Parts: sequence; structure tokens; C-alpha cells
Amino acid sequence: MSLSVTWSKLRWPLLVGATWAVLMFLMLPTLVAVPVSLTTERYLSLPHGAISFDHYASLVSDPSWRNSALQSLGIGIVVTVLATTLGTAAAIGLWRLSSWAAEAARVVFLAPMIVPPIVSALAFYKLFAQMRLIDTFVGVILAHTLLATPYVLITVAASLATIDLRQEQASRSLGASTWRTLRSVIVPQIMPGVTAGAVFAFIISWDEIVVTLFIAARTVYTLPRKMWDGINEAVDPTIAAAATVLFLVTMILIGLQVVREARRQ
Amino acid sequence: MSRVAVAAAGGRPLAVRLPSSPWLLVLPFLAVLAVFYVVPIGQVLWLSFSDPTLGFGNYARLASSESLQRVLLTTFRVCATTTFFAITLGYLIAYVMIHAGPTHRLWITGFVLVPFWISLLVRAFAWLTLLRSEGIINNALIGLGVIDQPLPLVYNEFAVVIGMVHYMVPYAVLPLYANMKGIDPRLADASRSLGAGAGRTFLSVTLPLSMPGIVAAGLLVFILTLGFFVTPAILGGGKVVMIAEYVSVQVLKTVRWGVGTMMASVLLATVVFLLIAMAKVVDVRQMFGAK
Repeated sequence: MSLSVTWSKLRWPLLVGATWAVLMFLMLPTLVAVPVSLTTERYLSLPHGAISFDHYASLVSDPSWRNSALQSLGIGIVVTVLATTLGTAAAIGLWRLSSWAAEAARVVFLAPMIVPPIVSALAFYKLFAQMRLIDTFVGVILAHTLLATPYVLITVAASLATIDLRQEQASRSLGASTWRTLRSVIVPQIMPGVTAGAVFAFIISWDEIVVTLFIAARTVYTLPRKMWDGINEAVDPTIAAAATVLFLVTMILIGLQVVREARRQ
Repeated sequence: MSRVAVAAAGGRPLAVRLPSSPWLLVLPFLAVLAVFYVVPIGQVLWLSFSDPTLGFGNYARLASSESLQRVLLTTFRVCATTTFFAITLGYLIAYVMIHAGPTHRLWITGFVLVPFWISLLVRAFAWLTLLRSEGIINNALIGLGVIDQPLPLVYNEFAVVIGMVHYMVPYAVLPLYANMKGIDPRLADASRSLGAGAGRTFLSVTLPLSMPGIVAAGLLVFILTLGFFVTPAILGGGKVVMIAEYVSVQVLKTVRWGVGTMMASVLLATVVFLLIAMAKVVDVRQMFGAK
């Protein structure tokens, strides 16, 4: 009896304790990458007492790290613009269509999300070899755009689902053209979905490695690609600094997104 | 253009509404996707039947080649183990989230979602830093005098499973939480008031009611793990070769497109098959946020 009473009292604290242990396990990589990037040593280690930002300095001063970071940023921005435009247009188009054709188009549109990255990588590799697009910015931007656009499509579609279709009819019956209706009635209302989609698109390009590994080599050398080679060769704390930058940029973008969402509600 | 259409349709502007216009918005992405994605995916599938000779030769190897069977077996074993642990840990988190107060739940959600956004590469690198023989864990254990030889924590299946479980727990939590939120808490109360203990109530009421969530989350985790490339490649160090890494070696190193595309096709077919199976249990489009 007393045993079962103790158990019923302890059950919840034990469950909560176990849950937070798992959550700490989930946070472990960040709890490691950040301090390692601040070590004063030239090898991977936790800082002993003193910290230094030298490894961040070498991200900026070492031309190969700097180029990689700038390339990732540039590719990410171009991909964001293209994917957001294509994805938003497609989402609006699908929203106004309702037929078996639109249903089929939806399945095709989500394919890049469902197909395993290695299969996409083979497809791009084969195609770009024929088109002479291997190791070109055009190729990497094209591939990243195709991978990112479905995410834009989905977030915009979620925003559109809350709009009454009759608003569009009202606008048009008052004499507005299609473009005017889009610009003045539809787009302003789905802006939260569009910006969320843009953030996702940037992060997908910013992080992408599997496809990039196949279609980029020397000319195009993104930050994840440089990290990948570094991980397999040497163990340099600059990689930890690069990892922390990859992580922080993602977190800042997601954080801004969450704050915007919270303000709206 | 639109006026012509309206006039032709006998002046019913609302019914006509620029018939071609929605397609004009859809077509750009559809065209890019068709030319630069669907066609080359088809090419990959076709190569699996045509390289080096036309026929089912590449697929026949599945029955005879021990190395191919080992890759499939490793993939299946690692994915099944990962799914088991991800679901168990995810279930614990989802269960506590359901029963926690609103503030506590918000904190847990935050701690689940932050790792959700850390890239695979960053995570694999962090685990390598922790698990290497001169890594943080081994150094700490040696420093404390617990062990005198570094433990083999990395470049084995153990490390791959840790890295993959770490990635998949958030994917498990979200569908499990959604399912548990739909269970009426009064059912557990009723069970308790009828005299069942906490353990009995959990086993006979809560767990069976959350089975649909477990199946859905389990299938999702399993499907996503099948295609893993970065984590096994880095944490397995060439010793734990799963399908994706095998495909990359076949295509980039040994340049055997036939075998590589065959394995890629098997992977794709398995994923599609499991997704269709999953669609029978849950709304897949909702899970991918498409609804």
C-alpha cells in the first residue's frame, strides 16, 4: 500500500524528469557546437577557462571560408526570391482551381518534399551533366529552388485556406482586373504565409548538402559543402564556428517568424 | 482577352472569370518541375532497367549479391531501431505535454522545436565532437577515472542510431501530441474511478487509444529514416552503409549507374508504398501541412 502511494506521488515528477532529460539530449548538439567554437585551442575541445572568437575571425579572414559563406548567402537569397514567386503563384492558382487536374498538380508539386534527397540528387546530377550545368551557380540555384518551392506552396496554401473565395468575386464584380484583385485583395491577406514560406525557402537552400554534394565541386562551394569536406578531413574548430553560424542564422529567422506570428494574434 | 471570353460566354462574368488565368499562375512552377525534376527522376528509374543492358539484370542482383542484401538489412535494422527509440522518447514527451500546465507545455514545445531546425550536418558534426575517441565524452570519462581506454562510441551503428534518433524525436512528438490531444481525458478518469490503477489505466485505456498516433508517427519516422545520408555517412564512417550512401558510392566513385539507380528506385518505391499505406491510416496531406 505505502509503496503504491509513494509511486503515485513520484510518478509525475519522474515522468517530467525523464522528459527533460530527453529534451536536454535534443539540445546537446547546440550545447556543444557553440562552446567548441569559442575554444582557444586549435583542435576540437571545450574552452578551458578562456574563450576566444578567433575561429569566427577565420570564417571572415580565411578567403575560402568567407567565399563559401557569401556563396551560401547569395544562393539562398536568389533561391528565396525565385521559390517564393513560383510557390506563391502556384498556390494562388491551385486555390482557384478545383478539378482533377489541380489535384494531380498538387501531388506533382509536393514530389520534391517526398522523394528522398539522394534520388533527387541523382536526377539533378544526370540532368545537369547533359546540360553542362554541373558546378555552376545556375544549376545549384535551379536545384535548390525546386526543393524549396513546395514549402512555400504549402505555407501560402495554408494562408489562402482562411480567405473567403467570394472576396475575389466581389473585387472582380466591382470591376477590378485579375492582377488588381491579386495585388489589392489576395496578396495583402496572405503576406504572413508568403514571408513564412520565404524563410523556409532560404533555410532549405542555406542548409542543403546532399544535392549540392552531387552537382557542385570547386566553383560553387557552399558553406555546408565546405563543412562536409572539413568534417571528413581535419577537425578544426572553425567548423564549429561555421556550424554555429548556420544554426544562429536559422534560429534568428525562425525567431523573427515566431515573434511576427505572436504579434498578429 | 478576358472580355472576349466573357462576351463569348453570354455575359456571365462570374461564371467565366478568366478561364485560363489560374493555370497561368500554376504553369510556371509546373513547367519547371516537369522539365527539370520529373523527367530526370524518370531517367533515373529508366537507367535502373537499361544500364548496362536492357532488362531486370540490376534488380536480379538483389537476390544474389550479398553486399546489396547487407546494405538493405543494415538500412532496415537501423531504421527500425531508430523508429522504436524515437517513438518511445517522443511518446514520453507528448504524454507529459498533454498533462502539463500551459506554461510548462510551451517550454517543452520550444525545446522540441529548436532542434527541429538544426541542420543534419551541424548535428552530425556535434555528435562527432562528443563521441570521437578524443571527443568530449571520452575525455571526460578518462578525466574522471571511470575508464582508461577511450570507448568506441563512433563509426559504428550505435553512433548512427543516436544521430538518427536525435533527428527524429521532434518528428515523432508532433503527430503523437496531435493524436493524444484528441483522446477524451474523461476516459482515463472513468477507468480510475472504476478502480483501475495508473498503470492499468495506461495499458488498457490510454495506450490502445493512442495506437493510431503511434502507427502514424512510426510510419512517418520510418519513411524519413530510410533515405538518411548525412548522418550514417559521417557517424558511420563507412562502416554502417545505408541505401543512400551506397547509391552515392555507386554513382560518384565506382560509376555503376545501373546498380546505383536500381537501389535508388527500390528506395523510392518503398517510400511511396509506405506513404500509400500510411494514407490508409491518417491524412498524409495534413501531416505534410498541405491541408
